[in-house]
Formats: sequence, C-alpha cells, structure tokens
Amino acid sequence: MLNKPATDATPGRPFLQVEGLAKSYPGTSEPVFDNVNFSIARGEFVCIIGHSGCGKTTILNVLAGLESASAGHVFMDGREVAGPSLERGVVFQGHALMPWLTVRKNIAFAVRSKWPDWTSAQVDTHVKKYVDLVGLSGAIDKKPSALSGGMKQRVGIARAFAIEPKMLLLDEPFGALDALTRGTIQDELLAIVRETHQTVFMITHDVDEAVLLADKILLMSNGPQARVAEIVRNTMPRDRQRATVHHDPQYYPLRNHLVDFLVARSKDLSHGKAPAHPPTVEPGRGALADTPPSVTLKAVA
Amino acid sequence: MNFLKTQNFKATLVSVLLLLVFLAAWQLATLPATGGAAGPAVSAEQAEYLKMLGKDPGTAKTGGFPTPLQMGQTAWRHLSDPFYDNGPNDKGIAIQLGHSLARVGLGFLLACLVAIPLGFLIGMSPLMRRALDPFIQVLKPISPLAWMPLALYTIKDSSTSGIFVIFICSVWPMLINTAFGVSAVKREWLNVAKTLEVDPLRKAFLVILPAAAPTILTGMRISMGIAWLVIVAAEMLVGGTGIGYFVWNEWNNLSLTNVIFAIVVIGVMGMLLDLMFAQLQKWVTYAE
Repeated sequence: MLNKPATDATPGRPFLQVEGLAKSYPGTSEPVFDNVNFSIARGEFVCIIGHSGCGKTTILNVLAGLESASAGHVFMDGREVAGPSLERGVVFQGHALMPWLTVRKNIAFAVRSKWPDWTSAQVDTHVKKYVDLVGLSGAIDKKPSALSGGMKQRVGIARAFAIEPKMLLLDEPFGALDALTRGTIQDELLAIVRETHQTVFMITHDVDEAVLLADKILLMSNGPQARVAEIVRNTMPRDRQRATVHHDPQYYPLRNHLVDFLVARSKDLSHGKAPAHPPTVEPGRGALADTPPSVTLKAVA
Repeated sequence: MNFLKTQNFKATLVSVLLLLVFLAAWQLATLPATGGAAGPAVSAEQAEYLKMLGKDPGTAKTGGFPTPLQMGQTAWRHLSDPFYDNGPNDKGIAIQLGHSLARVGLGFLLACLVAIPLGFLIGMSPLMRRALDPFIQVLKPISPLAWMPLALYTIKDSSTSGIFVIFICSVWPMLINTAFGVSAVKREWLNVAKTLEVDPLRKAFLVILPAAAPTILTGMRISMGIAWLVIVAAEMLVGGTGIGYFVWNEWNNLSLTNVIFAIVVIGVMGMLLDLMFAQLQKWVTYAE
C-alpha cells in the first residue's frame, strides 16, 4: 500500500548480494570476519544472529554505507554500495533521535532530506502518516525525553520508514526494551513490513524474535574470522502471529536448531572453520513430514 | 501560611537579615569618634598650624570611611540623575556603564564571530585541532592586560584597544568550549545525518549546532564573566570613559562613597549579564 508491491528480483541477480565481505583491524592477525557471502531477495525479512564480537554490527554498517569493509563487495539493486544512501533506512540500536526536536520535527528532518522540494504541508502530511502508522499520533509534538523507551524506538522505526527506503536495516532495535514492550513493537513492525513489502535486514540476539519475524535467518559463527555459517529458512506460514506461533509444529525444531547452533556449534566454527558458502537448511520441514499437511494447517489456524 | 514555610521565603529572610547585620556593623564601625578621642587641648597657634596642614581640629573627626547613610545619599544622587553629562570627567553613572557595556558587547561579539566558526573547524577536524593546539595553549594563559601596550601601539586608539582586550580575553573559553562541544556530538546523530545524505551546511546548522549549543553557551557565559572582570581594569588603564575609569577617577578625587557605589554597580551589572546567559543556556539545553 505504502510502497510498490514486492516484485521478484531479476533472475540470476538477487536484490542484495554480499560477496566475500571481510573486516580486519590493523594490528590484529586474524580478521573479525571474512568470506561473508549471502543474498537477500526483494521483500524478504532477514535476521542475523551470532554472539557478540562476530561483527554483525559491522556488516550492517557496511550495508548502510557507514563503514567500509577490508575486502568484498555489496551490491544492491544491481549497483555497488559505496556510501550512505537514502535508499537504505537505518534504525539504530539507541534510537538516535535528536533530543532537541519533537517527534514531528525528527521525522520531518528525514522527510525533508529525501524530498527537499516538498512544501511544508506535504512534509507534514507525510510525517503524520508515518507517526500514525506506529500509533504515536498523540505524542507527535512531544520531545523524545518525554517518551518511554518503546515509544522512542517506534519513532526511530517511523523515521526509517518515512523515507520509503528500498531496504531497511535494523541494528538490534528492541535490545533495550522490556519483554512486553518488545512483543508489542514486534507485532507492529511485522504488520508494517507485511503491508509495505519492505526488504529488511535485522540484527538480533533473541532467537524467538528471529523465528517470529524472519523469512531467513543467517547464523554467524564466533569471531575471530567469523562467517555466515548457515542459512536457516523459516518454512512457517508468513502470516504467523506472536500469540500462536509457538503452537506451530515447526516452531520447536526451528527454535532448537538455532539455540543448538548458538550454544554448541558456533564456537567450534570460529577461526574460519565455517564454510565460505553457507548451506541453506530448513529444520522446520522435518516436523511437516511427520504430520499430515491438513493437521499442520489446523494447528496454525 | 504555606508561603512562609517555603525554602525560597526562608532563604530570602536569611539574606535580608545578613544584609541588616552587615549594615549595622558598618554603621558601628564608622561612628564618629567622641569624647576622649578629642585629644589634648591645643593652643591657638597650634590650631592654626594644624589647619595649615589640613588637619582642622574643629571639624568632627571621622575615619574617612563613609557611613551607610552617606552611601545611601550618594547612591540616590547617582540613580536619580543617571544620564547627566558635565564634560569629560563628570558623567552620569548610566553613561559610564553604557560605555563599558558597549565595549564589552563589541569585543564579545567579535570574539563570537571568530571563536565559533574556528571552534567548529577545530572540533570537526582532528588535524586542525593538533595544528592549532600549541598556539591556543600558549595564547590562552596570557593575561589580557598584557596585550594592552601592544594594542595601544598598533591600534593607536585607547577605546579600540579596550575592545581588543575584551576580544582577546573572550575568545579562548568560547573557542575551547565550541571545539569540545562540536567534537563531542554523538556519533549516532552524525550517522543519522549520513544515512539521510544531509549536505554539510545543513548538518552543521541543524545537527551539530543544536547538539553543541549548550556547551557553546557555557563557553560564552564564562567569556562574558571574564570580559566583565577585565573591562574595569582595562578602563582604569586607558581612561576616558567607562565604569572602570569612573572608579579610578573617584579614587583620585578621594571620594570613597563614589568608589563603593561603583563597586556595587559593577557587581549588579555582572550578575545581570550572567543571568541573561543562564537564561539563554536554559533555552538551548535539551534533556536526553
């Protein structure tokens, strides 16, 4: 509704392509990560999970154009990512709102950056639409200091969506929120992403969050020389809900696979022992094979 | 009454009491010496000799220090006619104050025009910070009055030299605070600006300036405080007009009441200037 409907990537060329990405810092013998290869299709929601220090945030910053990699390339929509761009919206870990501006002006700042020749009426209508989308119309003229942590993060999300980027990058956006607030905002984010067919790349530490939100989960091995070790496809239906998702027979096989990786396997795959070109696995499929399809559908419904 | 119990009211009460105690002590200390202090009787010749020396034994002997009442009369005389101008050495207190304020204002404004852009440059470029740091470190600790002879020689105008001295003493706190404020702008706000492809000018005015404004204003407030301290000394040196010259002139007239009055005026004006900057500071400060 808000964006053009998702279209399939041109054949042979995914929407976002990351090739051989590596980052090393001077004075260290091993790179933080190397040989990171993955791709994201248009309209896909991708989560990346891994222990601290494996370079997730660096990868996101490279995608955003805020940092440069030591080696490798990132292509988006057929063009190489060479710097920050309005085509990629970023939701920062610490919301990063300007505390001297109200919610309205914070978002208007972003909108004006994208469409410099819009009239103030146009800007304001656009701002209102996105503030409404995250349910903060009542707080539109408040300063961030008067908002709760969850509301601030909602404003951050609204700001990223308001510039209608081709891709959204979220750096652990719910990390600082309490569990209840996190759940609510996850639902909201999911609703907006489904409505706008937004392509999303998100860092998270929360396995449940990844299972609920992502179509594809990238598992990173531990650093140094971390890699994307495995790509887990989420085979649960896309209209899954937070309240019912754990009743899906695929839920626990999927979740257990992720937890096992993080607890047991990720540390054995550090120092470049993970494959450069990660295999794609579908741990949920096994559960489907055991149960007739009709039963699964009922359980989901 | 609730009003009587508030901290504000109590504080005011104590302030007023302290003032009264001070005035009473002053009054007691300046009471004219009486009775035994008159000393031994003098002969007519001795009295005439004393008169010739300016020590008339007939007049009431005081310590020379004015009483609170005399002070009050002087203050009233000055405040009831602040704008008179009877020539170079006899001007109303408001005119003297106006000259000082104009010098401070002009010097301070010039300092702003130099310090804030330069502070931005130093704050944004680590290279410029390193390059300019030795100069700042050497120039900063120089007493502004030490520049006076050089200023008088090169500028050749005493009033302009006064403005220069105010400029040179205001520049450093503002420069250092601006540079610090600009370099301490949160990385995340700059990253937001980067991902929004904000052009440098817009970034400077809409992100860095408001983010650093509280720190910059702290620097301006410190500068103004120093400028007001320095103007009195500078005007004592260059003479002509201003509240500092007034103090010096009245000292040469041996009019302690006028000197004390000027001291109080300097204090009150300094307080008002500081309050003004405190208000501005409140205005640009943001809560995170």
